[in-house]
Amino acid sequence: MSIWEYANPKRFMQTSAWVLPWVAVLALACLVAGLIWGFFFTPDDFRQGSTVKIIYLHVPSAMMAINAWVMMLVTSLIWLVRRHHVSALAAKAAAPIGLTFTVIALVTGAFWGQPMWGTWWAWDPRLTSFLILTLFYLGYIALWQAVENPDTAADLTAVLCLVGSVFALLSRYAVLFWNQGLHQGASLSLDKEENVADVFWLPLLVCIAGFVLLFVALVLMRTRTEIRARRLQALLARERLA
Amino acid sequence: MGALLSRDLRLAMRAGGGFGLGLAFFLLLAVLVPLGVGPEGGTLGRIAPGILWVGALLACLLSLDRIFALDFEDGSLDLLATSPMPLEAVVAVKALAHWMVTGVPLTLVAPVLGVLLNLPVEGYGWLVLSLALGTPALSVIGAFGAALVVGVKRGGLLLSLLVLPLYVPTLIFGAEVVKRGAAGLEVAVPLLLLAGITLAAGALLPFAAAAAIRINLR
Repeated sequence: MSIWEYANPKRFMQTSAWVLPWVAVLALACLVAGLIWGFFFTPDDFRQGSTVKIIYLHVPSAMMAINAWVMMLVTSLIWLVRRHHVSALAAKAAAPIGLTFTVIALVTGAFWGQPMWGTWWAWDPRLTSFLILTLFYLGYIALWQAVENPDTAADLTAVLCLVGSVFALLSRYAVLFWNQGLHQGASLSLDKEENVADVFWLPLLVCIAGFVLLFVALVLMRTRTEIRARRLQALLARERLA
Repeated sequence: MGALLSRDLRLAMRAGGGFGLGLAFFLLLAVLVPLGVGPEGGTLGRIAPGILWVGALLACLLSLDRIFALDFEDGSLDLLATSPMPLEAVVAVKALAHWMVTGVPLTLVAPVLGVLLNLPVEGYGWLVLSLALGTPALSVIGAFGAALVVGVKRGGLLLSLLVLPLYVPTLIFGAEVVKRGAAGLEVAVPLLLLAGITLAAGALLPFAAAAAIRINLR
């Protein structure tokens, strides 16, 4: 029993059909619970008022926007090295989801920034690197769309993902150098006793879990769609030959 | 290698179009920006480093799709791929040729346009130096982008979308060198980082670009 068995599309379809409903229900439960808890049952911040509650959307979506790219990087590498089609299709499936999370993070950030910083947008390093991440996602998706042969597209996008990751990281530190930030530094880390006061922290954790599960559910769903589309095309091609 | 370089250079010179366009674009930008922004020397001098770098970058972008597209269409890219010369070297030579017909003229013209944009006197040396160091990176990164989209018909827009985010670090450090130089500040840090990007891109990206071409020629 090795993890590579799931690279077999049939095996993947069987397992994911079983896993998907559970993940989806859990994601829904976490999101509903976390968001209701966060929005209605936490106190207002003494300085920011109720605007602070946007963190329950902003922080998890920003985290997942980056994690989605990392996942695409890993699956692209697996595709390039081991040529498992499921892996390439999972990377393709994850890109629009990651783009959506990036946009959610940017938009919710703008909504929060308007009353707090007095501006919708600032050329702050974090904001700028997220804008650049959006461009990377757009380019990646556009390349998938533009190349007709699916294997060629998978290869090219995988190469782009690898090179893009290096440049995305480079841009992240370049913009740090270019402008001092308005955005607060990292408030969440694993090695601190208390990150944020527990009243805000616990619902936030539930929301983060909900976003992770939501991402997994969406990727599974979209990968299944891609596999079915691929099978359909194979059937059509076979029919044309017959 | 020498033969390929001289062939590419000769094609670029005699075929016209593409490469002269970049230079013309750069010139137009430097003339139009003061007309749009207004003639006050202080404002112009402050934005001149950024404008010149953005202009050089966009001018470079204009001719990128010509690096491989023409050779792909008439089949000479297949010949180059099967020739005894490694494809990585072909990419490197083609990027070099692209730099010689866009980056070098842009670098040489930039000080003249600096005058138009009222660039402070201290900035000229750093402008030329930063463009000379940074434009090779633009060409190599662009060659990688061009290699990715070589099989796509009318891939110009896609190419710009792919290459633009890759250009960000080069632009930031390049413009920063000129900005600091013009203000009389210490420039060593961005200058070294800029040189680092050029060296790393020149050393590594030809491999990625060659891989992309092999995939496209499959």
